[in-house]
Amino acid sequence: MAGKPKLHYTKGRGKMESIRWLLAAAGVEFEEQFIETKEDLEKLRNDGVLMFQQVPMVEIDGMKMVQTRAILNYIAAKYNLCGKDLKERAWIDMYVEGTTDLMGMIMVLPFQPADAKEKNLALIIERATTRYFPVYEKALKDHGHDYLVGNKLSWADIHLLEAILMTEECKPDVLSAFPLLQAFKGRISNIPTIKKFLQPGSQRKPPTDEKCIAVVRKIFNI
Amino acid sequence: MSGKPKLHYFNGRGRMESIRWLLAAAGVEFEECFLEKKDDLTKLQKDGSLLFQQVPMVEIDGMKMVQTRAILNYIAAKYNLCGKDLKERALIDMYVEGIIDLNELLMMYVFQPADKKEQHFATLVDKATNRYFPVFEKVLKDHGQDFLVGNGFSRADVQLLETLLMAEECKPDILAKFPLLQSFKARISNIPTIKKFLQPGSQRKPPTQEKDVPKVMKIFH
Repeated sequence: MAGKPKLHYTKGRGKMESIRWLLAAAGVEFEEQFIETKEDLEKLRNDGVLMFQQVPMVEIDGMKMVQTRAILNYIAAKYNLCGKDLKERAWIDMYVEGTTDLMGMIMVLPFQPADAKEKNLALIIERATTRYFPVYEKALKDHGHDYLVGNKLSWADIHLLEAILMTEECKPDVLSAFPLLQAFKGRISNIPTIKKFLQPGSQRKPPTDEKCIAVVRKIFNI
Repeated sequence: MSGKPKLHYFNGRGRMESIRWLLAAAGVEFEECFLEKKDDLTKLQKDGSLLFQQVPMVEIDGMKMVQTRAILNYIAAKYNLCGKDLKERALIDMYVEGIIDLNELLMMYVFQPADKKEQHFATLVDKATNRYFPVFEKVLKDHGQDFLVGNGFSRADVQLLETLLMAEECKPDILAKFPLLQSFKARISNIPTIKKFLQPGSQRKPPTQEKDVPKVMKIFH
C-alpha cells in the first residue's frame, strides 16, 4: 500500500463526488490535488498519467485509476461493500446504476442553458419521484431491513444516500411521499464514517455554484 | 438455472449488443423477445418487469436484470471473464469503460440530425484514433501477450473487438496505423465462440440504418 489514495479533479462535485463518498464511508482517508486551470489538466495529460486524457483519476494501491465506475468498483470490492455473492452484487449494481442515472441528470443541470433549466429540473423531480425513489422505497418495504441488499451496508446504500441528499437540494420536500426513504436517510446518515463526512469541514464538496461552473467550462472547454 | 437467458429489446444493436456479444463469447445460448412498437414497451412497464421502466432487460437465473453495466458485470463474473484478482479486475474495468465511451459515440452517430452528422463523425474518428486506440495498441505492445489483461481472455477483449468492428463499419481503414490492434482483431475473431457469432445467421445484429431510426425513436419516445 503506497499511502493514502490521491484524488485528481476540480474542486467541485462532478464525477468525483461519488468516489469521495465511498472512500469516506469506508473510513479511508484520502488526499486531493485540485485542477484549477487548463494548464493543470494539460500537465497531467503531458505527464501521461491519464489513460484516456480524462479525470477523475485516483492514485491508489500503486495504480493511476481512471473511469469513475472502475474506481468505484475497485474501492467497493476492496472494502467489502459489494455484497456476499454474485446475486447480491447484481442487485447492488442495478441499484447503483439507477442512482447514477438520477445523479447524472442533476450533475449537468447547472451547465444547461437558462431556458432548458426549468424544464430539466421538472424532469429530474418527476423521474426521482416516479421512476427511482419508488423502487428503493419498495425494496426497503419488501424486506423490512435497514439496508438495501443482503441486510448489510453496501455501496448501494451509500450511493442512494448521496442521491437523496442531492435531490433534496433541488427540492427539499422531495421525499415527502417516501417514509421509508426518510427513515433510511436518517439511519445511514448516522453511520459514524458518514456522519463525519456530512459535517462541515469534511472533504464533501458543496453544490456547484456559478464560480465553479466558470472554472469547469474553462478547463474542459464546455 | 431456469433455462436460457431471455433478452428484451428492439431488434437492433443499441445497448443490448454488448450483452449479446458477451453471452455469445461465453458460449451461452440465449433467446430474444423483440419490442416492435411502443405498446410492447408499455406492456413490459405495466407488468412491473422493468425495474426503472427501461430496457435492456435480461431474464437470467431467476432475475429480471436491467441496467446494461449491471447485466454485463453479472455475466462476466459468472463466466470468469473479469480477471483473477482485484487488480486485474481494475484494469479490465478501466479498459471496458473507456471502450464503452467510444462505443457510445459510434452508437449515437446514426441518430444525429443531418446538420450535426459531419461534426460527430469527425469527433468520433479523432477520439478513436487519438484517444482510445493508441492506449490499447500500447497495452498489447508493452506486454506482447495475446489478450489485454493477465494473459487470459476477459470481457475487455470481447468489448474491444466489438468496438473495433463497429469503428471499421464507420471508417474501413480506421485501424491503418494500429498493426497490433489489427492482429488482435483477427486473433480474437478466431476464438470459436466468437467466430460463430460473427457468421451470418447468428444473433449478432446489423448496424442500425438511417431508415430504421424513426421506428426506434417511436418505441422509446
